[in-house]
Amino acid sequence: MRRAFAAIFSRAETTLAVVIVIVAMIFSFSSPYFLTLSNAADLIEAYSVTTILAAGVFVVLVSGGIDISFAAVASVTQYIAAMVATHYGVPALPAIALACALGALLGCVNALLTYYLNVVSIIVTIATSSIFYALLIYFTGGSEIYNLPDWWTDRVVLFRFETATGDFARITLPMVIMVAVIIVTHLLMSRTHAGRQIYALGGNPEAASRVGIHILRLQLLIYGYLGFLAGLAGFVQAHRVHQVVPTAMFGTELSVLAVAILGGASLIGGLGSMSGVVLGVLLLAILQNGLNLLGISPYFFDVVIGLAILISISVTALTERRARSRRRIVGAAT
Amino acid sequence: MSRSEQPLPRTDAVRAPLDRAVAAIRESTGTNLVGLLLLLLGLFAAFSVLLPGTFLQPGTMQSMMFQLPELGLLSLAMAIPLVSGGLNLAIIATANQAALLMAWILTTQMPADAAGGEIWLWIAFAFVAGFLLCLIIGLITGFIVAVIGVHPILVTLGTQTLISGVSIWLTRGQTLSGFPDALIHVSNETIAGIPISFGIFAVVTLGVHILLTRTVLGIQIHMIGSNLESTRFSGVDTRRVQVWVYVLSSLLCWLAAIVMMARFNSAGADIAQSYLLITILAAILGGIDPYGGFGRVTGLVAALLILQTISSGFNLLGFSQHLTLALWGFTLIAVMAVKRFTSVLVTRYCSRSSIRGS
Repeated sequence: MRRAFAAIFSRAETTLAVVIVIVAMIFSFSSPYFLTLSNAADLIEAYSVTTILAAGVFVVLVSGGIDISFAAVASVTQYIAAMVATHYGVPALPAIALACALGALLGCVNALLTYYLNVVSIIVTIATSSIFYALLIYFTGGSEIYNLPDWWTDRVVLFRFETATGDFARITLPMVIMVAVIIVTHLLMSRTHAGRQIYALGGNPEAASRVGIHILRLQLLIYGYLGFLAGLAGFVQAHRVHQVVPTAMFGTELSVLAVAILGGASLIGGLGSMSGVVLGVLLLAILQNGLNLLGISPYFFDVVIGLAILISISVTALTERRARSRRRIVGAAT
Repeated sequence: MSRSEQPLPRTDAVRAPLDRAVAAIRESTGTNLVGLLLLLLGLFAAFSVLLPGTFLQPGTMQSMMFQLPELGLLSLAMAIPLVSGGLNLAIIATANQAALLMAWILTTQMPADAAGGEIWLWIAFAFVAGFLLCLIIGLITGFIVAVIGVHPILVTLGTQTLISGVSIWLTRGQTLSGFPDALIHVSNETIAGIPISFGIFAVVTLGVHILLTRTVLGIQIHMIGSNLESTRFSGVDTRRVQVWVYVLSSLLCWLAAIVMMARFNSAGADIAQSYLLITILAAILGGIDPYGGFGRVTGLVAALLILQTISSGFNLLGFSQHLTLALWGFTLIAVMAVKRFTSVLVTRYCSRSSIRGS
């Protein structure tokens, strides 16, 4: 029994899942609205942008890097796509493609600088983030774009059904994009050659390069992928709020990073899974939504997130240490 | 700790490498500082030419000295953890919370009819309260880093969210302002043309410099930054050192809080958020190794002067503050590129000469 218990809690993902179930049960007892389909749908849509970004950050974290320029990249691509769409009437698909391609390009700039300057990526991305963001505000004067074309702002409801209480639960475009990103990232990381190489790079860059992994090409993929997702997230964010504000995404860097870390991605690299990141987002979403429904001040929310992060990393570190010492004892006995 | 109680005999054979290591930490100014000073001189020359009669003026220099201390103190608060191989993402949140506590005492707790010496007593009380708050924050952060052994980025990401969350929760996102005139007056005062805040910054910088290079604790901070495990195995209580690192960092935030609240005449939960990444930028520009173990306060000061010169010069030229930020980013990348280029050249030169030598 005890061993089974230990086995369940030895992985961050399972711990998170158990915590989520407990929290969800508490909230559903205290608020009848919590466990309804329409609430769940709203919740998923509200966290779509964060999840898309967290998926990209997760890939970078696994490779042993930290990228915090994604918010700046998303703002830049969003703005340029919106400008092109409003001024030149560019249709939907080319505009989205432009945003994503531009994002990937800016991500590749990060990869090239990290590789050729031989500096940790957090330093490079602090510099590039300042540059991207500052130039965006400089050239746009910080002005918002409100007159987005209809195809961008119209709510796309792919599926709609009435719940027992008469509310509508909708499957919307942001959710579909989010699910697609989750699946693609999961497949990329667990089913492809490149994904295994990313884990190898994060686990030991020196060894990865000695077994013949092309580091530059891999880093272009990693940071380019995050840039691509940042472009996509910028598009979805503007789709949800119906306007483009250059400063809207600014300051979300650390919270997205926190989400990815909460889900068990390690800063040292080489560890973590997409399911963990999804569970991390889910936990935060449920906490925020549940506290809202209980009528607790939204100002209190950051306190809860902070505590959640500190408790989660402490528990993870302590269980890891216990597992390691147990392994050592077993190793010494045989 | 109990197993390594037997101190090594301090024979010359043992001492020589140790002394050499300490000397290396003390003397490691490297070419970096020279390069930074050249860059600073170049910037000064360029702005003097571009802005004849306005840049090299006592007034401009004085306004630079007014602006430098807050970023400077926060950068020192970031630099100590960086040298120890860590990072403190909570510095802005800590400074803001300390400023809020001090502001709360001065604006709501101090009786409105307090006068003369009584005001100074209240100000002193507020300062002590802020000091204690930062001490507690530093102790808790250091404890989590040292005892639980989680990477400081993760810990301080959590404490940052928690601290700013508590500040926002308690203030409902509002700012506090309206401090006693005495405090504002002192912060705007100059002695022999030098602002008091700059004087504080200069003294603190000197103190941190001495601490990092001339004290046992300072050398130990460098050592855990180079290699935590081997420092522990050589008989240093690394946990104690790590707690000290975050206590010192938080106390520097307290000083930054005092300077900031006096200059802005307000305190709030989300003031100066953009400084967080700038302090890392300044520290790295100043030659502090992001992996820990190496870095000098002199380099950091040179970097801060470069950033401030760019900012003031651009301001006088009428450029937007955002362009300044972009140029700061470019400067960091350019300096890293130069460093990389020279190190590649040096390695190539050394390997060639060693081939020729053999």
